[in-house]
Order: sequence, then C-alpha cells, then structure tokens
Amino acid sequence: MSPTTQMESALAGQDAAITVENVSHSFVSRDGAIVQTLDNVSLDIRRGELLCLIGPSGCGKSTLLNIIGGLLQAGSGQVKVNGRPITGPSPRELSFVFQDNTLFPWSTILDNVKVALEFQGVPESERQGRAEEALEAVGLTEFRNHYPHQLSGGMKQRASLARALSLKTDIVLMDEPFAALDEQTRIYLGEELSILLAKSNKTIILVTHSLAEAVFLADRIVVMTARPASIKAVIDVKEDHPREPEFMASGRFADYRNDLYALLRAEIEKTIGGFVGSAAARDRTRRGICQPAGDAP
Amino acid sequence: MNGMSSGWQARAIQIGSVAALFLLWDFVGERKLINAILLPAPRAVFWKFVALAQTSALYTHLFVTLMELVLGFLIAAAAGLSLGYFIGRSRYGTMVFEPLLAGVFAVPIVIFLPIFLLFFGIGPSSKIAFGATYAFFPIVLNTIGGISQVDDRYVRVARAMGADDMQMFRRVLLPAALPVIVTGLRIGCIIGFLSIIGSEMIAGIEGLGSQIVRLGEAMNTAEMFAYILFVIFFAIILNTGLSHLQARFAIPGDGR
Repeated sequence: MSPTTQMESALAGQDAAITVENVSHSFVSRDGAIVQTLDNVSLDIRRGELLCLIGPSGCGKSTLLNIIGGLLQAGSGQVKVNGRPITGPSPRELSFVFQDNTLFPWSTILDNVKVALEFQGVPESERQGRAEEALEAVGLTEFRNHYPHQLSGGMKQRASLARALSLKTDIVLMDEPFAALDEQTRIYLGEELSILLAKSNKTIILVTHSLAEAVFLADRIVVMTARPASIKAVIDVKEDHPREPEFMASGRFADYRNDLYALLRAEIEKTIGGFVGSAAARDRTRRGICQPAGDAP
Repeated sequence: MNGMSSGWQARAIQIGSVAALFLLWDFVGERKLINAILLPAPRAVFWKFVALAQTSALYTHLFVTLMELVLGFLIAAAAGLSLGYFIGRSRYGTMVFEPLLAGVFAVPIVIFLPIFLLFFGIGPSSKIAFGATYAFFPIVLNTIGGISQVDDRYVRVARAMGADDMQMFRRVLLPAALPVIVTGLRIGCIIGFLSIIGSEMIAGIEGLGSQIVRLGEAMNTAEMFAYILFVIFFAIILNTGLSHLQARFAIPGDGR
C-alpha cells in the first residue's frame, strides 16, 4: 500500500461515520406500479455531527434512514458504517428512535429498556444498571415501573430515547421522534435533546419535517427534493451546542429558517400541487409577503 | 362507566336477575302451578342435590366428563396453538388457511358425530375426539389472528435492536398475541365442554350429559335437575376461572 492511499483511507475512516454511496430505491405499489423513492443519493455523515434530513412529506427521507439502519435494502448503491457495508440491522453500531408507540405496551418502562439490552446481547447482570442509568439521563427514574399507556406522549418519547441511549451505540438514527407531539412539548424536548447530545459526542441522523427543529438541532441540514428524493442542498448551521432557547428568537435563526423554506418551497409545491402554484400565490411570493408558516421544533 | 359504584351496581343487577328467576320458579313449584314431574320445585331439587352429593354416582360421572374435557382440551390446545402459530407467521399461510378453517368452523360439526362414534366407539374416546375437534377451531383461529396481527412497528423495532428469532417469539410475538390467544383458549374450553356434554347426551353411557338424558327418560326430573344444576355450577366455575386467566394476560391499558 502506498503512503497516499493509506493516508486517504485513514482520513475517510476518521471523517465519515456513515457513507451513503449512490443509493437508489424503489418499490412496487399496490396497483403494480413501480414507485421510485430515492434517486442516486450520496452523502457523508461526519463523526459526532447531528445531521437533519428534511424534505416534503412522503419524499423518501424515512426510506433513506431505514436503508442506512439496515432495515431496508437499497435497490442499488451501498451504505457503509464505520467503513463496512451495511447488509442488515447492526444493533451494536446503530440504534433507533422511531416516531411513536414503539415501546412494548405489555412491559414497564424499565423492562422496555432492559429487553432492548437483551436484544443487543448485553449480559443479564449489566442490564438493570444500564437501564436505570439511561432512564436517569432522561429524567424518568420515578416512572420506571409505569406502563407506556400511563405516560404522556412526551414521556413516551423520552423513554424511547432512553432505550436508544442505553444501547450505547455511537450512531443514533431518529425518525421524526417528535412528530406526534404538541408544539410546546416538541420545543422542550428539542432543548433537552440538544443538551443531552452535546455531552455525548454521538453521530445523529434526525429525520424531521419541522424547519425550526432542523435549524435548532442540526449541525448540517440536508434538504431533499420531492419524490424520487435526491439531495437538493446541504446547509451548515454554524452554531455551538448546546443551543439556548434564545437562539430560536434570533435573526440568525430566522435567516436559516427562511433559507431552508425557500429551498423547500418548490419541492413542497411539486408534492402537493394545488393553489400554491396559483397566480395569486406567485404574486404574493414575488412581493415578499409570503412568510413561512409557523413551524417550531 | 364511573368506576366502583357502577361496577357494584351491575353486579347487584346480575345477582338480582338470577334470584328473581329462582323466586319465580319457587313460587310456581310451591303453588303446584305446573306438574312436579314436568317441573320439580327448587327445594325438592336442592334436597336431591344434597343427597346426590353424598353418593359416589355423581363423582363417577363427573370424573368421566372432566377427564374427557381435560384430554379433549389439551389435544385441541396443542394442535390449535402449534398449527395457528405456523400459519399465522406466514402472510401467505394466513391468506390460504384462515378462511378455510373459519369456513369449516361455520359448519355444524355435530353432523359428523356418527362418524366419531363409528371410529371411536360409544365410550369416552369419541367424546374426547369430538370435543377436541370443536375446541380446536376457536383456538387455531385466534392463534392465527393473534400472531398475524402483531403490530409491525414492534417487530421492526425489535429487529433493529438485534432480536434473534427466539427472542422475537418470546419477547414480541407471544406477549403481543397472548390476549387474543387466551381468548381463543377460553372459547375453545367452553365450546369443548358444550360439545362433550352434548355428545354424551346424544350417544353416551357415562358422564354428566348421559345421566341427564337417562334421568329425564325415567321421569326422575328432580334428580335430573340436580344434575343440571351441577353442570351449571361447574360451568360458572370454569367461566370465572377462565376470565381471571384472560384478565391476567391482558395488555395493560387495553380496553380502558
């Protein structure tokens, strides 16, 4: 091996926790038509960064996340995690937080975390301690013997987060973890997440449809096009973690969000069509009246 | 529903209705409004019942029926649970076999009783086979339903966290499907009991059902009613036990 290639591979290994190479994906719909969801997506996710995937509803951002996590097979192209191609779930490297209701309703919160550790292959003697530690980190210690149905939506998502954190993977994939929550809870959990993750140095991919959530949490925001999704733009959010709630009220925050909305707008229009493309709407946009709709984390 | 008070109220109405029925029966019996050979008075039935409880005949027949029920149920449960699991695990299997089994269950299987008698004779074996056949259907159908309808989200999240096949079964499929499966076992047990008593009544020489028919034919209605009461008590105990079992395996927060 020549010195150059050695250096190159060392750099690649250090920089990218996840490499997405020319990934495409399609599925056969109920009526037999082939629907393409991802079109030649390539992306490097740096170690320790929080990367947001944002795009119009149904564009394929969750599909991309599931391919990265090994839950779906890419039609073509490949995903490498820590330099190794992903062929299926790799629970020692990646953990997941899904949208909602993935806690087992037949188990207590503590048992939900413990069973995750069992699935991952953690020895039984360590499970109790690690589960309690993870619940402590999200402030759910006193609710550990409750069943999921006894908790609010926000607490359930905190429990899901604890379950993912207990697995101590370097990479956490989050698929719209706050989407089912009300706006106040979302803002609050977003702040908590920012504080929690600033300490942990984990690599995070967060799929969201919330502009403000993306700007508030992300180091980089990947804007995806309407289906079939490809990468439209990548925005760097140059702001230190943990981010204060004041950031949300700042001009910088508004600028980032407006830039993001400007990029997304054409894609949303492609997805939903309708009156957004009407003459009146175009006129309003031209005169600069059209403000992005209220959308907080 | 508002908690305890309405629960007690419902229970009081249930007990009251049964008591009212007994009072009506007692009134009719004591006033001799209906011939005692057709409808004996409850007090006469009660004393027959007490006398019967002191003889060995009752226990001999009870033992036969009970043994038939236990064996029939165990066969039905073993076949229904295992077959239901393997069918329910495959989407294609469910699509093919679920409607087929549901269709056969809709046929009054009692029309095949003569075949059971030809194959297994008039003794307990034919009752066990017949009871097992009837009990098998609700058990297999509910097991298919329970396993095939486990929420995909739970399977996906378990797979993402690295669950192997055994863990998936023990920690996800089984607990998720258990409430539906236990309901199937409950229905199977009750239907098995019904079909065993019924087949004893149609063609049997031993067991509670055959006794009821024999005593009826001999116009010994007071003793017949004593047997009937006994079967009713047995059914109440069975049902209470089974619903406790069902409540134990319910998923917390379901059906609130």
